[in-house]
Amino acid sequence: MAALLTGIGYERWVLDALLVLPLVGAVIVMLRPAAEAKRLALWVAVVEFVVSAGLWWTFEATAAMQFTVARPWIPAWGITYRLGVDGISLFLVLLTTLTMPLAVLGSWTYITERERPYYALMLVLTTGMLGVFVALDLFVFYVFWEIMLVPMYFIIGVWGGARRLYAAIKFFLYTFLGSLLMFVAILIIYVLVGRATGQYSFAYEHLLGNIAVAQPWAFWLFGAFALAFAIKVPMFPFHTWLPDAHVEAPTAGSVILAGILLKMGTYGFLRFAVPFFPDVALHPGVQATVVTLAVVGIVYGALVAMVQPDFKKLIAYSSVSHLGFVMLGIWALTLQSVQGAIVIMLNHGISTGALFFLAGMLYERRHSRDIAAFGGLAKVTPAFAAVLTIVSLSSIGLPGTNGFVGEFLVLVGSFGTYPWATVIATTGVIFAAAYLLWAIQRILFQKLDKKENEGLPDLSARELLVLGPMLACIVWVGVYPAPILRRIEPAAQALIMQVERSADPATTVARGTPDVD
Amino acid sequence: MMPEVPASVSLVWLVVLLPLLGFLANGTLSFARPTATRAVSAVGAGVLVAAFVVAVAVAVGVARGAPEEPYVVTYWSWMPAGELSVDLAFQVDQLSTVMLLVVTGVGALIHLFSIGYMGADPGYARYFSYLNLFVFFMLLLVLGASFPVMFVGWEGVGLCSYLLIGFWFEDKVNADAGKKAFIMNRIGDAGFLVAMFLIFQATGSLSFQEVFRQAPATFEVGGTTITLITLALFLGCTGKSAQIPLYTWLPDAMAGPTPVSALIHAATMVTAGVYLVARTNVLFALAPVSSLVVAAVGAVTALFAATIALKQWDIKRILAYSTVSQLGYMFLGVGVGAWTSGIFHLATHAFFKALLFLGSGSVIHALHHAYHATHRHEDAQDVRNMGGLQRHMPWTAALMWVATLAIAGVPPFSGFFSKDEILSRAFTRGHEAPVFYVLWAIGVAAAVLTAFYMTRMMLYTFHGPNRTGDKEREHLHEAPWIMTGPLVVLGVGAVAGGVLNLPHILPAAGWLDMWLEPVTETGALFLPELHLEAGTEWRLLLGATVVAALGIGTAWRLLDPAALRPAAEAPAELGFARVLARKYYVDEIYDALIVRPFVWLSDRVLWKAADAFVIDGVGVNGAAQVARFAGWVGTRLQTGHVGTYVGLFVLGTLALLRVLTR
Repeated sequence: MAALLTGIGYERWVLDALLVLPLVGAVIVMLRPAAEAKRLALWVAVVEFVVSAGLWWTFEATAAMQFTVARPWIPAWGITYRLGVDGISLFLVLLTTLTMPLAVLGSWTYITERERPYYALMLVLTTGMLGVFVALDLFVFYVFWEIMLVPMYFIIGVWGGARRLYAAIKFFLYTFLGSLLMFVAILIIYVLVGRATGQYSFAYEHLLGNIAVAQPWAFWLFGAFALAFAIKVPMFPFHTWLPDAHVEAPTAGSVILAGILLKMGTYGFLRFAVPFFPDVALHPGVQATVVTLAVVGIVYGALVAMVQPDFKKLIAYSSVSHLGFVMLGIWALTLQSVQGAIVIMLNHGISTGALFFLAGMLYERRHSRDIAAFGGLAKVTPAFAAVLTIVSLSSIGLPGTNGFVGEFLVLVGSFGTYPWATVIATTGVIFAAAYLLWAIQRILFQKLDKKENEGLPDLSARELLVLGPMLACIVWVGVYPAPILRRIEPAAQALIMQVERSADPATTVARGTPDVD
Repeated sequence: MMPEVPASVSLVWLVVLLPLLGFLANGTLSFARPTATRAVSAVGAGVLVAAFVVAVAVAVGVARGAPEEPYVVTYWSWMPAGELSVDLAFQVDQLSTVMLLVVTGVGALIHLFSIGYMGADPGYARYFSYLNLFVFFMLLLVLGASFPVMFVGWEGVGLCSYLLIGFWFEDKVNADAGKKAFIMNRIGDAGFLVAMFLIFQATGSLSFQEVFRQAPATFEVGGTTITLITLALFLGCTGKSAQIPLYTWLPDAMAGPTPVSALIHAATMVTAGVYLVARTNVLFALAPVSSLVVAAVGAVTALFAATIALKQWDIKRILAYSTVSQLGYMFLGVGVGAWTSGIFHLATHAFFKALLFLGSGSVIHALHHAYHATHRHEDAQDVRNMGGLQRHMPWTAALMWVATLAIAGVPPFSGFFSKDEILSRAFTRGHEAPVFYVLWAIGVAAAVLTAFYMTRMMLYTFHGPNRTGDKEREHLHEAPWIMTGPLVVLGVGAVAGGVLNLPHILPAAGWLDMWLEPVTETGALFLPELHLEAGTEWRLLLGATVVAALGIGTAWRLLDPAALRPAAEAPAELGFARVLARKYYVDEIYDALIVRPFVWLSDRVLWKAADAFVIDGVGVNGAAQVARFAGWVGTRLQTGHVGTYVGLFVLGTLALLRVLTR
């Protein structure tokens, strides 16, 4: 397979193709009649996925950036259209291209008006998100970061629920404020490095290699990046935009928001904030803050999720909890914890994405997100019940499903660095069982006591088609994650070495090692 | 070095795969053809019988090979991450072989029984798919060659338990019971996880052989790390095996179908904690404090649960508390370092308790049919509605009496030998520290109560006048052969199971001791050499007999089944009897001290006060209000012209850039 793909020059054109294809698709969708919009969008998204699938075979398990592209864009300012993929971004790219066709298929009957702009925006969004994950020029990265905000804003604001405008503006302003600060930080780094080296360039490698000159400003620069990313993650206490955005967004919007957009925050930490400013990241005060907020997020998110009457809000708060594990794993900075963090990013996209699809399917049937509006559905919709149960189990990290692999690696890897934080985080698995099992009990089990629920149709063939690939991933990643871990490991290793090499030895000593016994 | 795996042992994958295939087939049938009961029965019970046959072949292979080190069969690399390397690998040794035979053997009998018991249920295919899935996970638990693989089985059986307790999910009580079981188990599982983190930190590995090899050199006897590891592991055991403080889910778990109670909540899953301690005997041997905790919790649980069983009326709840109590004995055994005795009692208990549960299933089945025939809604599980059933179901009555004599510890039934072995091993260690005498005495006291409450249950169920109802009585009948057949086989085990490990003063003694020696010998190195004089051993055996006779005799003399009234007319309990009947109010205490405060904290404090009011209200929206008043930025952004704004912003920054780079 790899040889075949190499034969057609796959490595050279794949990233260009992945970014251009959806844009072309979006134009076609706008030009063709509205009735064809979803079919066209689906085709584009499927082709996009097929094109991206080759990455799996052609990706080599090394730390190097692969499939690189570099073309001058604005040479005067040292802006280069520079792309590449490594073990950190590989699975985020694949997750994006897998999610998009499912998101289109999941919108099939949900979106009934203004279909052309909706599907066109979905495709533009695809390009924006992929761009964020593959950009290796900080200016290009920033452009994609902002590009992706706009379609999401409209998807929530136009096709969302009753309070859609409030949610959309809150989402936009919140994220935008953070990214403004990040942009200023990028510019400052650019100038400082440019002055010191005489070469003004936004290239990732160039800035990373010479970041030492920004040391006097490191704390503030890190802070700007960290704030932008922390909002996106979202870390406690910057998370309140998330429940609103999720609740108001149309199903596919929630799926993409949770599945992919949140990962941009943690991706940003892995790609920029931590490797650029390891001294600050490993500063005892910063460590304590981040790890505390991560653990608070894990427990707090789970507890607040437990008492949500609204199913979508429950899932939203559960995301705060899941992403807390990712932050803990990144900061613990061991091979297991960083790999685990990346696996959770992938898993959360699958499981939470599937949960939002399922919540959307309920909403389409009953026009309610209220858990109390259901009960006893296992009787009338057994297939729906089975899928919701399996996805919930994956979300609470049952061993044998994908959820366990990520959580286990993060926790086992973090324990050496932060024993107490890890023990507290481990209680998150108890609360996770509590909130999801309680929710599915009230939705699926007990008496079918509401008349409106009696004739609910079970999952349709289309809906099974949406959920099928996610179920397959849940089992695959749970049972045989080794090929995934092998592809992630070199990049995780490189990140850890990079941080430890450049971090001040004095601060690394301060990092806790468990002193039991 | 690892011994080479004989051909028959390498078949072990088939034992595991068969129930998984059964799950997939029956799972598919439950959607596609839920009425195809014959196919469901054939697949569901067939895979178990086949798995048992293969398991026997595996056991023969182990017996022939008699390996000093376990056979390890590796299938694929599961979670490789840096120095952590977890393979999907099975470990076949003398210990896992015993478990393999118990799980597939007793499992096959219970599957057969289920054909009769569940035949009329509309969820028949779903039932068998869950039951098959349970066996699959239980086999993973038993065979896993590393902590994480065992943990897959460990949580997997918990999942199946959850699904089967809540099998009749339309009743809120059942769904609640399932959820309670899962969450309480998860509390224990968090302990299991923390133990794994500590072990990986200390040894860099999570596979059993590697950890056990390193343990004696890595951990000092009684050190903090090893004590923490074993205590955390034991927290996992208290959840899975229903010990204090995490036992309250098991009585509620009786909400599931009765064969499930027999298989999962008596014979196999709940014994997983005992298996875990026996499996990690090296670690517990290095941590004397933890071992003492295990023994003490076991002994206290044995007595505590036995007192509750005295005043229960629901036949399954009596048996449930009895199970909690018997599991306590097993922990007392493995806690005093008598790992073989713990496993011995696990095996005999699997026979007699499965027999008791299945027998109670036959009884409930009969009463249920009788009430169904006359359209009365009475409790088919309350012994006050039974009485005199031996006239209607002689086979069930006789077989349950066999099991009762076994659990009460009457010689020469199986439970006599296994329970006595645990108690005498605890007694022997009294030379070393008097606390073991105390534990022994608690165990003896619990043994009296065991004989008493079991006799009480049997008296009320099978003897005296019948209280079911005049019309209903005509409908009471013995269960079909598919249900009584398995009972007979279990009865043979309940009678003769003792020969597995006879006391040393008898001929052909200590077979299980010798069989398990390769597994327990490393752990035994860290324990004092125990020696029991023949005279003392005779006296203890005699004492145990007296204890059993005392319990049975007292119950027989004190209790009068003729004086009992049907449940609907029964007077309320008073005084301490009421405290026992209400299970010391432990559920109410947990609810008031843990559950409700957590819900209140989450709802009122964290969500409504902290999240909605402080963070979002004052913080975020407050800032937005300020911005709105500030004017320009706020109003522009909130009119919705975002596109314009981004455009302006990008232009502005480009201009800034131009200036900066000049």
